[in-house]
Amino acid sequence: MSFRDDHELHKRRFGRNMALFAVLAGFVVLIFGMTIVRVGEIGPGNESAQEASE
Amino acid sequence: MTDATSNLAQSGEAQFGDYIALLKPRVMSLVVFTAMAGLLVAPVHVHPLLAFASILFIAIGGGASGALNMWWDADIDRVMKRTRNRPIPSGRVTADEALAVGLALSGLSVMMLGLASNWLAAGLLAFTIFFYAVIYTMWLKRSTPQNIVIGGAAGAFPPMIGWAVATGGVSVESVLMFMLIFMWTPPHFWALALFMKSDYKDAGVPMLTVTHGRKATRAHILVYTVLLVPFALALGVTSIGGPVYMGTALLLNALFLKGAWDIWRRDEAQAEADGYATEKSVFKLSLAYLFLHFLALMVQNLVPGFGWELLA
Repeated sequence: MSFRDDHELHKRRFGRNMALFAVLAGFVVLIFGMTIVRVGEIGPGNESAQEASE
Repeated sequence: MTDATSNLAQSGEAQFGDYIALLKPRVMSLVVFTAMAGLLVAPVHVHPLLAFASILFIAIGGGASGALNMWWDADIDRVMKRTRNRPIPSGRVTADEALAVGLALSGLSVMMLGLASNWLAAGLLAFTIFFYAVIYTMWLKRSTPQNIVIGGAAGAFPPMIGWAVATGGVSVESVLMFMLIFMWTPPHFWALALFMKSDYKDAGVPMLTVTHGRKATRAHILVYTVLLVPFALALGVTSIGGPVYMGTALLLNALFLKGAWDIWRRDEAQAEADGYATEKSVFKLSLAYLFLHFLALMVQNLVPGFGWELLA
């Protein structure tokens, strides 16, 4: 079974894949942001306190 | 669309929106709103990005349980008018896909909430997903007319999770927010069941209206509304209460009690004569009731100058 490139099925799959890409990109940005905040909360002078609490 | 593509569409060629529909976006909006309220009224500041991430993962967890619910209930969703256009019964998404989406998002949401906030909040989210998917959907929904009562607990957890995100604990305030939704759920759904009777009957779901009759359902609505009132008012005298919340709660509870009383006093002949007008208006009121309680809580705690000193 073969379809031309501009077949409706390809358009549908393209839309779905783009949406998934946007979600994954957003997820990556969110994880990056969370990491920055979490590391910022610990702070450069607080590593020992963090280790002591663990 | 040709026959070939039509067949593909039936075998999982869903659009992205179909997967979103699996997550029950309308239920998710309630989850987002109540979880956000629980988080914002808590007396502990949370970094806005972590708060956003936490609410997002709570919403995804709620959506995951919705996907698991649709996977399990696909057979009765095909029967009910209200649900037969959902992604699985309409053939846009396969049952296996829904199961995979539900399980994957469950694991992802719990782990990410643990990393974004704390593991108590993550544990509460995991329990909520388990409760809704297994205890409610797989067990209680088809076996007891009290399904709504106990299943309502799943919808009551989000503000408690939001509170746990901020405070790392459970307290009387979060328990009362839980009880507010828990006790509100039965009269809300039974009012709906009174004017959507044929759907539940056709699907064989043991709703109270089917098993115990409509007169008993009317009595249950009144009893649960009476039991709901003390929890709603008790929130007003906790650390997150105040005159704005208390005033709102007094008004809404008076209206809801009046509505429940009116439903109890009516019989089927009266209800059918006016097209279940009272039942429909109480159902709409119940939606406003919950929304305005949590909105009042947020105004009470986020807008300065609305404390008890306002009355002094």
